[in-house]
Amino acid sequence: MTNDPLLRIADLAVAYRTGRRWSDAVRGVSLEIRPGELVSLVGESGSGKTTLIQGALGLLPASARIVRGSVAYSGVDVTGWSDRRMALVRGNYVGFIPQDPNTSLNPVKKIGQQVLEAVRFNARTRGRAAAAAHRADALESLRTAGLKDVERVFDQYPHELSGGMKQRALIAIALAGKPSVVVADEPTSALDVTVQKLILDHLLRLRDELSIGILLVTHDLGIALDRSDRILVMHEGRLVQEGPVDDLVEDEAADAYTRRLLAAAPARHRGRLAPAGEWRERADGPPVLVARGLRKSYALRGRRRGSEVRALDTVDLVLRRGTTHAIVGESGAGKSTLARILVGFTAADAGTVQVDGRDLTGLSRRQWREVRRELQFVFQNPFTSLDPRFTVARILAEPLRAFGLARGKAARTARVSELLHAVALDGVDPRRLPRQLSGGQRQRVAIARALALNPGILVLDEAVSALDASVQKQILQLLVDLQADLGLSYVFVTHDLGVVRLIADDVTVMKDGVVVESGSAEDVFAAPRHDYTRQLLEAIPGTRHAVAEPRPAAQLQAP
Amino acid sequence: MTAQITTHPVGAAALRHRVAERARELSRQPFLVLAWLVVLIAIGWAVAPHLFTGYSPYEGNPDASFLAPNAQHWFGTDRLGRDLFARSVYGARATLTATLLAVAIAFGVGTLLGLLAGFAGGVVDTAAMCMVDVFLAIPGLLLAMVIVSVLGYSTDNIAIAVGISSIAAFARVMRAEVLTVVARDYVHAAYGLGVGRLGVVLRHVVPNAVSSVLALAALEVGSAILAIAGLGFLGYGAPPPQPEWGLLVAEGRDVVATHPWVSIMPGAALAIVVIATHRISVSLRKEHGR
Repeated sequence: MTNDPLLRIADLAVAYRTGRRWSDAVRGVSLEIRPGELVSLVGESGSGKTTLIQGALGLLPASARIVRGSVAYSGVDVTGWSDRRMALVRGNYVGFIPQDPNTSLNPVKKIGQQVLEAVRFNARTRGRAAAAAHRADALESLRTAGLKDVERVFDQYPHELSGGMKQRALIAIALAGKPSVVVADEPTSALDVTVQKLILDHLLRLRDELSIGILLVTHDLGIALDRSDRILVMHEGRLVQEGPVDDLVEDEAADAYTRRLLAAAPARHRGRLAPAGEWRERADGPPVLVARGLRKSYALRGRRRGSEVRALDTVDLVLRRGTTHAIVGESGAGKSTLARILVGFTAADAGTVQVDGRDLTGLSRRQWREVRRELQFVFQNPFTSLDPRFTVARILAEPLRAFGLARGKAARTARVSELLHAVALDGVDPRRLPRQLSGGQRQRVAIARALALNPGILVLDEAVSALDASVQKQILQLLVDLQADLGLSYVFVTHDLGVVRLIADDVTVMKDGVVVESGSAEDVFAAPRHDYTRQLLEAIPGTRHAVAEPRPAAQLQAP
Repeated sequence: MTAQITTHPVGAAALRHRVAERARELSRQPFLVLAWLVVLIAIGWAVAPHLFTGYSPYEGNPDASFLAPNAQHWFGTDRLGRDLFARSVYGARATLTATLLAVAIAFGVGTLLGLLAGFAGGVVDTAAMCMVDVFLAIPGLLLAMVIVSVLGYSTDNIAIAVGISSIAAFARVMRAEVLTVVARDYVHAAYGLGVGRLGVVLRHVVPNAVSSVLALAALEVGSAILAIAGLGFLGYGAPPPQPEWGLLVAEGRDVVATHPWVSIMPGAALAIVVIATHRISVSLRKEHGR
């Protein structure tokens, strides 16, 4: 083997064209990947990490161009190669694992065909005689990707597989050409945490067994800390930090941005976030929201009659005043259904919900309106929950107008700026439209809107899942501060146990519509009783280093 | 208030910047500029025809019948020696008002029907959409002819007929848009904030759903002009001495072999206006898609 690294990117700069102007996305990045090495490229959305690897793979969109720099595979400079020549490099030499397994496979072709395609494309032999060998290679590739029962998977369509299996199929396709380096772009962002752990561990095993080089692109520093040999941190198109994992964690003089990212990784905190202001001892409050025996099932369409999916099966929930009750589970656990039932967006088949002792079952529209003043909902995605045509001021004034509060222009303007102040958006012009705000700012506006009526209870459905880690941390801090100031009670729905630790007093763990474990957050984290909870806890990314190195977490915990 | 005053110069600069940007964008689309010019001229013809021609559309000079297009008579003259350019200019008013009326009827009724169907759902939706399907199954021009026969012959009735025959398309598009908007998070959020159903419809559903229907309305202008001129050509519209584009083309059809310009010149004007409105509607739709 020569001394050249498998992949060497030297001073690569990529620019995008918008209208007539060129804006830089990647501003001179250099990196190397050597055999048997897993390198993580970490950065938030917009940091240019995806553009960088698209540039390396020759997959840049038409509106982008390489300004300078070079890309070399094993010392062969491929900069400026035509798409056709690059196609020979991709697959044969570098395998690519795309982001979302649910959209990256062709839905009308069987898995086996899609792997065969990759095998055939990269094979030297053609013709009828080679067909059997190709099939064997494809099966082998699926097996290497960690799929069991490959003969069956070979003849299945993508929709018949789970998300994790689809991602493995994509890994099989990437490995089909026997590449010496694999580039994985957020390979697990669309998957549940337990599946994420399996996939990433498998990538590690592949690195050791095949001694290939892996470039893992992720926005989650926790993932990178657990598994990489080296970490590259990217910010605004530049590498701001590069080095082995331990150096990065211990290096006090690390780049400011890297330190911020580290501080934001949920797993690097132990215990609840402390409010910024005065710390009020949370009394063991009386229950404000009680749900008993909630059931909900959805009929399956197009199947034979009577078949249905049970989304919720006899679920109980108690929320104490001034505390946070987290509902945790993976996709399909029924946690969103539960949240929607609590706020009356969906009706339960059976069971009751009580707010302050008032039964919400079977209320009329008019009566529900009254309940809304006490009970508010925050949506997962701030990009869809704000009307794109409304200004910030109008968004915040809407609930006030609906209830005839803060009458008169002056009173309303005052209330709007009060709300903006409450969510730390003082500097934002209330005449802006949602699309002129960042994701974090939008979620703050959504929270401010929920607070407009001075409710006692907020139901937050995955309220930080759509946001970058550092923004996530800010929003969580905001929620904790608001809770201390206003005495709010939260029902916090999430799939991320790492987040739960930062905010929750009580935890309910759900699986397949059933509560598997419920109790105070400390108890559940310290001594999980159910196997499933233990699995979830183990799957939190970034835990290995957090346990080994508790110092920064302890610092942050001090109020 | 103070905030508004301080930010005002910034707003003005941004506006200037946007105007400049827009002008630059337009300069790269000469055909779009030309299309707007054509439409503006056509509107000018309809509003103040006497500014564009000195000739009368009704009185002709019998000595000057069937003159080919020349410097005095840009479009030539007809059998009675009337200036065809003057007749085209004065005819714009009848054709364009009828078009506006037709599109307004189709847009107004169609949007309301689509909104009702999409928002109410259930039986209302099924009934409305069945009705729309029936309308869609009959060719538009045929339906318009039937309606005009019932209402009586006049330009206004043509407009009403063309309007009614294109209600279905608007209702369909509006219903589809309403269905997608109603499922959006911000609509749920509005309910969650205690906004009533009417408030949600007026403030969230209609403004967000109507923009793509507006793009359709722009597209519909072109086909409405054609349909109205077509019905005028067939003699369902204004009685002969009145100038109307479809009628002008019809008047020339007997002499097309010997004096082709009598039909061709008003026909060409008609075609150019239709193409121009189509070009504009395409640009509107692209903008909407952005």
